[in-house]
Amino acid sequence: MAEGSLDLERLKAKLGVEWEPWSYPIERGMVRRFARAVGDPNPRWQEGTVAPPTFVLAIGFEQFVDEVMSLAAFGTVLMGGTELECYHPIKPGDEITVVFKISSLREREGKMGRMAFMTFDSTYKNQGQELVARCRQMVIGY
Amino acid sequence: MGDEVSPLAKQPTTRQLVMWAGAVGDYQPIHYDKDFAQSRGLSGVIVHGQLVGAFLGQLMTDWIGEQGILRKLSCSYKGMNYPGEVLTLRGKVTKKYVEDGQHCVECSLWAENSRGEKTASGMAIVILPSKG
Repeated sequence: MAEGSLDLERLKAKLGVEWEPWSYPIERGMVRRFARAVGDPNPRWQEGTVAPPTFVLAIGFEQFVDEVMSLAAFGTVLMGGTELECYHPIKPGDEITVVFKISSLREREGKMGRMAFMTFDSTYKNQGQELVARCRQMVIGY
Repeated sequence: MGDEVSPLAKQPTTRQLVMWAGAVGDYQPIHYDKDFAQSRGLSGVIVHGQLVGAFLGQLMTDWIGEQGILRKLSCSYKGMNYPGEVLTLRGKVTKKYVEDGQHCVECSLWAENSRGEKTASGMAIVILPSKG
């Protein structure tokens, strides 16, 4: 593929379609590692009894980036923005199921060639099927 | 109204970026490989946008304490942050209201670097146990 060109057909084909759900058992160590990475000394997170609200960002993120990169051959994806709504705290022992979908996609010429501006929406449910969080991420791929 | 959220200062190091990469599974080389970052049009390794988002989350959870609930947090990443730079996370109360019997406080939030540039901005809605 030529430098600066993008093949977005496979992403476009997924517009508005929910991806298959991914489930993650939440472990105390994941919560502690997250709090340490943020440098947040709050004992609630450091002891790992409950996860900080932004821990949602870590759930499924690696698989999400892998999936985006496999649907379009971006060299880099940058986060343009995040909107997070939290309804219930996440605790170690929970099993969180996340479902992503791409809600919008547009292309624009940037200094690095064609760039894709994407919006992804994700929902997070716990083992009791309670909706614990929703997230919208603005992602730039180029 | 206009009350200030107690500011929070952070100085993310490259080590912290590696810790964040591991904690969330974001292994994109723009966050650890300077040559790669420059080949992608960046002036160097950049701080993960979502780490700044998590800093804003800490700003709010520190401010509201254990009894407060962070219901909504949004931010857009407007400029690049580079490791080693001091980032100050700030917020200001923009609205107080009661919804479904809950005392809600809306704040505008931003991150600024040492040159006073706002590299991220957003808002939060928190629920406080009594009228805030």
